[in-house]
Amino acid sequence: MTFTEQIITIAMCILGTMATRFLPFIVFRGPHAPIYIQYLGQALPAAIFGMLIVYCLKEVSWLTGTHGLTELVSIAATALLHLWKRQMLVSIAGGTIFYMALIRLIA
Amino acid sequence: MHDNHRILKAFRAAFPLTVPIFAGFCFLGMAYGIYMNAAGFSPWYPFFMSMLIFGGSLEFIAVSMLLAPFAPLQAFIVALMVQARHIFYGLSMLEKFRGTGWKKPYLIFGMCDETFSINFTAKVPEGVDRGWMMFFVTLLNQLYWVSGATIGAIAGSMLSFDTHGVEFVMTAMFTAIFMEQWMKERLHYTAIIGIVATAVSLAVFGADSFLIPAMAAIVIILTILRGPLERRGIT
Repeated sequence: MTFTEQIITIAMCILGTMATRFLPFIVFRGPHAPIYIQYLGQALPAAIFGMLIVYCLKEVSWLTGTHGLTELVSIAATALLHLWKRQMLVSIAGGTIFYMALIRLIA
Repeated sequence: MHDNHRILKAFRAAFPLTVPIFAGFCFLGMAYGIYMNAAGFSPWYPFFMSMLIFGGSLEFIAVSMLLAPFAPLQAFIVALMVQARHIFYGLSMLEKFRGTGWKKPYLIFGMCDETFSINFTAKVPEGVDRGWMMFFVTLLNQLYWVSGATIGAIAGSMLSFDTHGVEFVMTAMFTAIFMEQWMKERLHYTAIIGIVATAVSLAVFGADSFLIPAMAAIVIILTILRGPLERRGIT
């Protein structure tokens, strides 16, 4: 690949990314989005965060090693910590340290 | 003077929210920089790519596309598919970004997964300018990512401490945000729909191509259940 071809490839990645980020704002630029879109805007976020947790687990091998148990137990620990303290930083730091300790203890 | 005070106040509100991202992005960004370095690219590549694409997973994929034969249309389509979830973020932020003036294009440009999550859930403290706060969350996160990628590319191979497992910080963050959203809501149908639809899609389509079917399934299920969900008051 020549330098120009590299620049074009990178530009295509930028263009594709920005298309997805700007699209909703360009399509629904009026003072109010259609009612259906407003409904999606309300209903989607909780579903998106659920989706993102699963997305983080996409590389986990469920059939070998610990069968994803270290990840699932650490997610449960993070969730419980958040139910208990309800402090974003405490939950995130606590959950991560818990996971790092767990994989060292088990491996 | 008054304006400076307002901006500083927004910065002070934004910074603590980005601390977990600092840890995660420095680590992941450095991993990306090291990866690009190992693939034979100069540090300028991760610097510009992390700044201008600013979407972690696609940047990793872009490395392999740069090493493959030239295929610009394919690169564009891959970018659209990998980043399609950002359309969801935009739909959720239509109202929150209203009235942010000149900051709006930057807020949209910089809306990666983590920035969206923080800006969507953050409670704006009394007397803090929402637009400026979201601006600083976006800017700081981008700064962490670009610095991590560049430092990784320059000095990555010299560093050797055991950071294995730090990447879980992203999972922990999405879990904490999911729980925060869960505790705010009376009903949990949409949260459960998101998890189940994505998990089923991952099982059926595999790690490389589950996200688009998962998003389609979520939109279809939410559309079919719109009547009952709205009657019960979804949020």
